[in-house]
Amino acid sequence: MSAEFAFTLNGQATRVRAEPGQPLAGVLRDTCGLKATRVGCGLGQCGSCTVLLDDQAVRACETSIEAVAGRAVTTLEGLGSRDAPHPLQAAFIEEQALQCGFCTSGMLMRAAALLQRNPHPGEDEIRQALQDNLCRCGVHNRVVRAVRKVAAA
Amino acid sequence: MTQAAVPESLRKHPRLRQWLLPAPDGRIRATPGKVDIGQGISHTLRLIVAEELQLDPARVEMVPPSTRTSPDEAVTSGSLSVQHSGAALRLAAAHLREACRERFAQRLGVPAASVTLAGGMFTAGSECAGYSELADAALLDAEVDPAHLAPRAGRPSALGALGREDIARKVFGEFRFIHDLAPEGLLHGQVFRPRMLDAQLDEAAWLRLQPRVEGIAGVLQVVRDGLLIGVLAESQHALAQAAERVAFATLWQGSADVPQPHEVAQWLKSQPLDSTVVQQRGDAAPAGARVFRAEYGRAWLQHASIGLACALAQWAPEGLQVWSHSQGIFNLRRDLALAFGLPEASVTVTHAEGAGCYGHNGADDVAFDAAWLARHAGGRPVRLQWTRQQEMGNAPLGPAMAVGVEAAVDDAGRLVAWKQEVWSQGHGTRPGRGATPALLGAWQTADPAPVTMAVNAALAVGGGSERNAVPPYEVPRLEVLNHRVLAMPLRVSALRGLGAQVNVLAAESMMDEIARALGRDPLAYRLEHLADERARAVLQEAARMAGWGTTGERAAGVGRGLAFARYKNTGAYCAVVAEVEVQEQARVRRLWIAADLGLVVHPDGARNQVEGGAIQAASWTLREAADLGPEGVRSEDWASYPILRFSDVPQVEVSLIDRPDHPSLGAGECSIGPTAAAIANAIDDALGIRMRVMPFTADSLLREAQRQGD
Repeated sequence: MSAEFAFTLNGQATRVRAEPGQPLAGVLRDTCGLKATRVGCGLGQCGSCTVLLDDQAVRACETSIEAVAGRAVTTLEGLGSRDAPHPLQAAFIEEQALQCGFCTSGMLMRAAALLQRNPHPGEDEIRQALQDNLCRCGVHNRVVRAVRKVAAA
Repeated sequence: MTQAAVPESLRKHPRLRQWLLPAPDGRIRATPGKVDIGQGISHTLRLIVAEELQLDPARVEMVPPSTRTSPDEAVTSGSLSVQHSGAALRLAAAHLREACRERFAQRLGVPAASVTLAGGMFTAGSECAGYSELADAALLDAEVDPAHLAPRAGRPSALGALGREDIARKVFGEFRFIHDLAPEGLLHGQVFRPRMLDAQLDEAAWLRLQPRVEGIAGVLQVVRDGLLIGVLAESQHALAQAAERVAFATLWQGSADVPQPHEVAQWLKSQPLDSTVVQQRGDAAPAGARVFRAEYGRAWLQHASIGLACALAQWAPEGLQVWSHSQGIFNLRRDLALAFGLPEASVTVTHAEGAGCYGHNGADDVAFDAAWLARHAGGRPVRLQWTRQQEMGNAPLGPAMAVGVEAAVDDAGRLVAWKQEVWSQGHGTRPGRGATPALLGAWQTADPAPVTMAVNAALAVGGGSERNAVPPYEVPRLEVLNHRVLAMPLRVSALRGLGAQVNVLAAESMMDEIARALGRDPLAYRLEHLADERARAVLQEAARMAGWGTTGERAAGVGRGLAFARYKNTGAYCAVVAEVEVQEQARVRRLWIAADLGLVVHPDGARNQVEGGAIQAASWTLREAADLGPEGVRSEDWASYPILRFSDVPQVEVSLIDRPDHPSLGAGECSIGPTAAAIANAIDDALGIRMRVMPFTADSLLREAQRQGD
């Protein structure tokens, strides 16, 4: 039976009805209408659904709604906007760091978590941090360049 | 311009209004039939239109292709979009510009040459007018006259520096993929099916399962049709519960007769074959003094898109509406009409972007599934998304291949004979090409259409398994044979580059094997046999970038290799130098790539495509092979089908040789073959071990080291 869950979503106090055990990804996409969190596997393997839970990058497809109760979730929609872009968003545009862009939301959230923890990571640290985010188009080097640009700033 | 230079798209859809329509607000609506599959083609097409119309690109509106509003440009594949759609739009835009200029000049009674154009406005004296004011119905009904296109006279793309506008939308989370569409009244659907093409459903198991699925809260309807089980539900959550119950029920029995990984070449050769001569030539030449023979190959590969196959469908009194990320919306429409017994005109397929597809994946099949299930939805729209396991387990595989090469050189070491022989299934089971529907679900209903055997495209459009089987080198005696394997235990179809990956691996490895045996430099040896200046230029450019021949001592286990191909022998030229480091496994450290794509419309996008193709090819070459068994495809997720990750990806430098006076050539597939071969050649340079069958995994390296060391 569905129950009510309260958490902070992109800075706003939020209450949703969800099934116990329901993955956060579905709640974000279908209940909250925040579509930037992409589901690529539903198995915790590809990283497309990466969001921030407090300051940690987590995969929304394997994070249950119970696990976020009382905590703060940030999705790509809450990372920055056209008026106030996150530096990573600006850098991804400058570097044209995508092809299809399906993995991009997860890449941005994973990189944002890295920079919160370590504002000036080197190239190897960036690649390691993104290791579990998969890209099939082959834009890895562009993504690394974009993150490095922010890390060096 | 000659008739031959008019692109096929334009010959089939000659009227201006089929491509461009000025809107009253000063915008131009462009309606190409080629679709975005992650390559950013609509941006490139927008730049072409804006450049010819001398208009701000932001005022060119790219209309998402639909069978209702777009010209039928068949399938977005084969690196042909900029060649076909781009050429058609360029001619259409040049015609629109000059016809409007003429109309304006006539209206004012001034010579056309005195009319200037800037920012989409025609001006003469104090008068001005825009496209929408000048382009009346008669003007737009005219057939596009190619004579309006001016020679470029060496002029590069005027708008090439502009970035893709969809990138900001994707980076800010505003972009809507097909997965995100949620029309009013939406229902969620799922289709369950066997993993094998030849299967039966256990009726007793089904009777036990049916009430257990129907009883799930939120499940609205359970549909059975032949081998297919469909579930309609109010939520994804209910579908997930249904999926768990179906998975436990082991509903289907069947078996796929697939070979063991080490027996692939032998299996291909032992099937019924349809053998054809691709090219044969027997010019006078000295006798061969030395003969080289080797066989190359690859396993079955998976498209492995990061996004899931997804479609929406809705039945209305006037017909069937489908939203799909198919590469060929018209082909899909044709087969949906066949499958459901409808006239084509009552089916509409509208393109909505999915993730990059890299060939024929599950996009078309899931559209059938959505349409099939939506018949039970009482007119409500149905969204159907395959799971990761369904996508990996049911989408077509990229065909395995075996390619034999026998080459002879004369006393001076010059090539005198080359025989290349290809064994592979056909590389296409795409919909829209046969008398019966080529859609997986249509083969699995109670009244099934027959499974269509994979075929190869005509050689004129690049062929399939024989793509690039004709080597690019001057050789007086040539024989190229293609043996199409007439067995398909699991479905195969087009994967990026088709046969080019293995055919180029074979030819370019053989060139290195010969050069090494003769003690010649691989670059110099290739250049001795290449007359085409554009081919020579990319090889020399890649060699220059890598400092080929100038590097001194290298660390143990590090090697370099180079390779070249002209994609399809008619498309883009590409040369690659790879540097690999081999410890337990091979890692590509660097790639230097030079490509000649004719006129480059959007250089950054072209570089992105060339680099992405090379990284994907490196992943195939080093890591990838579908795990197959009697139960079907066993590699059904990212753990069982690993691809290259961030720390595995090489540094890549791409140099484009822009040739503004030559037609634009597609960028997306040209680096695939040369990358595979450059890696093989680099491994040989590093270790003295010749790897010939992909993937070059740690296990296969060890096996070959032992075998070749004996």
